[in-house]
Amino acid sequence: MTARLCRAAGESKVASPGAAFKTFGLPVGLILLALLFPLINGVTGANLMFPVIVIAVYVMLALGLNIVVGFAGLLDLGFVAFYALGAYVVGWFASSHFSDLSFRFLSALPAQSVSGRELPGIHVSFWILLLVAGAFSGLWGVIIGAPTLRLRGDYLAVVTLGFGEIIPRFFINGDNIFGYNLTNGTVGIKGIDSPGIPFVPSRAWQQFGTLDLSPWYYTILVLVLITVFVNIRLRDSRLGRAWVAVREDETAAAAMGVNLVTTKLWAYALGAVFGGLAGAFYGAFIKSIFPSSFSFNVSVLVLCMVILGGMGNIYGVILGAIVLQGINFYLLPQVNEWVHAIGEALSNPFLAEVDLPRYNFFLFGILLVVMMLLRPEGIIPNRQRQEELREGDEDDSATGLTNA
Amino acid sequence: MATTQEAKPKGAALLDSIKSSSWSSRLAVAIVAALVVLLLIQAVQEPGQFVSQLLIGITNGAIIALIALGYTLVYGIIELINFAHGDNFMLGSFVGVTVLSGTFLGLGFFTPISADSGTGLKVFGVLFALFVAMIACGLINVAIERIAYKPLRNSPRLAVLITAIGMSFILQNLGLVWKGASQISFPSLISDANIFAGITDAVAYRWKDLFVILVTVPLLIGLSYFIRSTRQGKAMRAVAQDKEAAAMMGINVNRTISVAFLLGGILAGASGVMFGLFNGTTVFDLGFRQGLYAFTAAVLGGIGNLTGAVVGGILIGVIGAMNDQYIGVRWTDIVIFTVLILVLVFRPRGLLGDRSAVQGGGGE
Repeated sequence: MTARLCRAAGESKVASPGAAFKTFGLPVGLILLALLFPLINGVTGANLMFPVIVIAVYVMLALGLNIVVGFAGLLDLGFVAFYALGAYVVGWFASSHFSDLSFRFLSALPAQSVSGRELPGIHVSFWILLLVAGAFSGLWGVIIGAPTLRLRGDYLAVVTLGFGEIIPRFFINGDNIFGYNLTNGTVGIKGIDSPGIPFVPSRAWQQFGTLDLSPWYYTILVLVLITVFVNIRLRDSRLGRAWVAVREDETAAAAMGVNLVTTKLWAYALGAVFGGLAGAFYGAFIKSIFPSSFSFNVSVLVLCMVILGGMGNIYGVILGAIVLQGINFYLLPQVNEWVHAIGEALSNPFLAEVDLPRYNFFLFGILLVVMMLLRPEGIIPNRQRQEELREGDEDDSATGLTNA
Repeated sequence: MATTQEAKPKGAALLDSIKSSSWSSRLAVAIVAALVVLLLIQAVQEPGQFVSQLLIGITNGAIIALIALGYTLVYGIIELINFAHGDNFMLGSFVGVTVLSGTFLGLGFFTPISADSGTGLKVFGVLFALFVAMIACGLINVAIERIAYKPLRNSPRLAVLITAIGMSFILQNLGLVWKGASQISFPSLISDANIFAGITDAVAYRWKDLFVILVTVPLLIGLSYFIRSTRQGKAMRAVAQDKEAAAMMGINVNRTISVAFLLGGILAGASGVMFGLFNGTTVFDLGFRQGLYAFTAAVLGGIGNLTGAVVGGILIGVIGAMNDQYIGVRWTDIVIFTVLILVLVFRPRGLLGDRSAVQGGGGE
């Protein structure tokens, strides 16, 4: 293990043109590309704004899960719970859902509705809610994590899966909690307020609209960049090293004085915070949230992104998110059309009518299995992670089995 | 496993164990006791309804127990939560309904066996569907192990678990491709009539319920005989205890693991067909929920413990049925998943005990 750590540390210190490009050139280039994207989109008329924003939300989710799965090595199968909590925070406090109340705080909405009556419901500024949502999800991460994190890896996975199922189900049943309508059930919460920045001259920025999506885009871009920054800083921090130690050998880490529960709890709570932030943004962007958008499938999709790209590698995780959502948004509908065309040409009714995007999780399931069998470290591997995952191939089976 | 405590009067031993118990376990016992008392009050007020609900719970529990055995058999030997097991159960019900329809891949083999068929044909149809589904699910399970789990035997546990989730989605989508997204209805081959119709109307126990028990009990006896008394069963117990030592004694570990998957699959297949015949419908994403119920049952009884899986299954069935009656169907999932979490957190070894749940240094 020491040899491996030294190697990993040594490599990052070597100064070469390639390394300089990797540490500065590549990130700057990517950020510039991201900043200019609305312009490129406008000039080429590609009309990709909406899907790109949704992809960015998933990038954020994947980076959040990366902290839990990639850095700390805890398998979280209920990540969608935090995403849902974040979205519902915005739903509750920035819509007319609690119609018997009337409360406004720094909201970008006009004080009165068109008819001149005061707006019902709670309307709090999105920017405050963003922080609230992150904190609320993080708090739930602690509440869920504190009793469960002493469990072994696979049991923890099942407990998180259980929570991931309970929370959306609670939102479904929440329309009648002792007679009180908390979540509006399967109908969900609709008409969520848009964010806005009051003191800027641009109208688009005063009230985020649906025609010009660039304020949304820049907001999520900033959120993603913050997430990336936090990811990098965490990875290289004392806490990050503690995560590596816990991931590689819990007993040894505990013997070296790493507090297992606190270390794991930080990973779990920080992951939850980013899940909540992504959920809050998504809720405001989509404007209506339903429990059915927060199913187990979302947890697995985000997990697929982390695994496909490379657990623990930030570039890899971002790439994984883009590739998988790209498959969802573009590849499958496109292939579907081709298959329909082939089916019609061959007058085969099955091929002409098959609905491929419905089977996307077939593909993701195969992807999970194939990645684990052939390249468990992902497309862009984290070197340390790669050696851990490949360890069992050479070492004797006993150490491989005890690696939880 | 066996405690080597000195012989004490029972009362004193009980008092000692209460004194040494932690506050959280005392609280848990108190809550469970309160719930039992509440249930008993219901039972006294309306005994007929309570008994009917209890019997339904036992029937559902028997179906769950058969799936739970598959989880526990596999976990006991390779310490893997086979997420795909629930979906294998779903495929079992699909195989069953296909056999009863008499048509496969567009070829009609015989006329569909339906509610109108003669009694002999019905009995044959049910047994044949059970038989085919058991074989099919057993083979599917073995194939999954060979393709997806065996190459990863020496990898970190996380990797195999992720593969299992992937397999679960693959099977679920195979079901979706095969039968579509809508509910598939089973022919009602077994009578809905109450067995006690002539005697009392208060207690409902249908022929369907009896059918489930009549299939489950022989399967359990068979499994128990296999594990206890055959050479292969002995090998399974040995591998579960210590894989390397077993291999050194000349036991074929790979074959033994395959046998465990085969047995689990056979039970899941039978369970799938019974679920379909009992509830009348099946659907492609049935496996996820039912699988999670069964996993809860396995954990509740103590994963790796076969008797525990059966006890846990029946308990989960009864908890579900009681909840359906006295709290509301919409909360059943939440209640059962909460049971899962509470058991894992407070008693990861389950009711009947298992050693492997908490890695060293993690408290109880």
